[in-house]
Amino acid sequence: MRSLKPILLIEDDDVDAMTVKRALKELNVTNQLVHKTNGREALSYLSEEGSKNPCVILLDLNMPKMNGIEFLNIAKTDEELKKIPVVVLTTSKSERDKVESFDLSVAGYIVKPTDYTKFVEAIRTIDLYWTLSELPAYVG
Amino acid sequence: MRNSKPILLVEDDNVDAMTVKRALKDLRVTNPLVHSANGEEAIGYLRNDANEKPCVILLDLNMPKMNGIEFLKVAKSDEMLKRIPAVVLTTSKDDRDKVESFELNVAGYIVKPVDYKKFVEAIRIVNLYWTLSELPSHEQENENAKLETHIAY
Repeated sequence: MRSLKPILLIEDDDVDAMTVKRALKELNVTNQLVHKTNGREALSYLSEEGSKNPCVILLDLNMPKMNGIEFLNIAKTDEELKKIPVVVLTTSKSERDKVESFDLSVAGYIVKPTDYTKFVEAIRTIDLYWTLSELPAYVG
Repeated sequence: MRNSKPILLVEDDNVDAMTVKRALKDLRVTNPLVHSANGEEAIGYLRNDANEKPCVILLDLNMPKMNGIEFLKVAKSDEMLKRIPAVVLTTSKDDRDKVESFELNVAGYIVKPVDYKKFVEAIRIVNLYWTLSELPSHEQENENAKLETHIAY
């Protein structure tokens, strides 16, 4: 990614989370990966005093307690959090999920490839794009 | 891009617009390119129902009549238009421009490389990413509107 800040992965499935971790490692992406298992945990983390705002958020949609859409409804109305680019990384191909996500200002919506090689390729493309793109500076 | 809808380029400088066109051609990107010279023209294009909605908007910031930030304020508060991903493509490295753009929900902010090869590479990555990414349909809006009306009564 363009910045050295952490990547926040919000994903309830541990196997999927490990796959992301593994893919990032293979691609030599050096950003720290912070993993939270649902929207509520993620918001908690983001509001913690000491935690650094991530450079990018990778967001699953189907999660217990607080799902991706619910997370977006909150994060995207928060003055500080809304600046952080969010990329949906989901198994859902539902048109409604896509429209809702883009209506809530996501910066990408990626359906997780089941094939590992294609998955790595997808993560590589995300890394390429968010290295090319500038990121907003954060105040405080 | 993921679909064959047009790419809307909002750019006042004709040379820069031609460079984008040339890069897309070199990369064999087949989406039609619609070019508006400023934010006002772009809003006009987008609000005309006879025009096909673009899959992606490439947005310059410094333009006369209605600049990029002003365009974003209008487009991103429009129920129909806000879902179209907008990628800033600008010469501005100004932190304020970056922050304002992301506060207005852009889906990327790219400083135009001066070198043509690097410029083509940038467009290549933009195309790669927006081919990988799904894109929202616009038909849904009518369905949601119907549902909301139904629930209201």
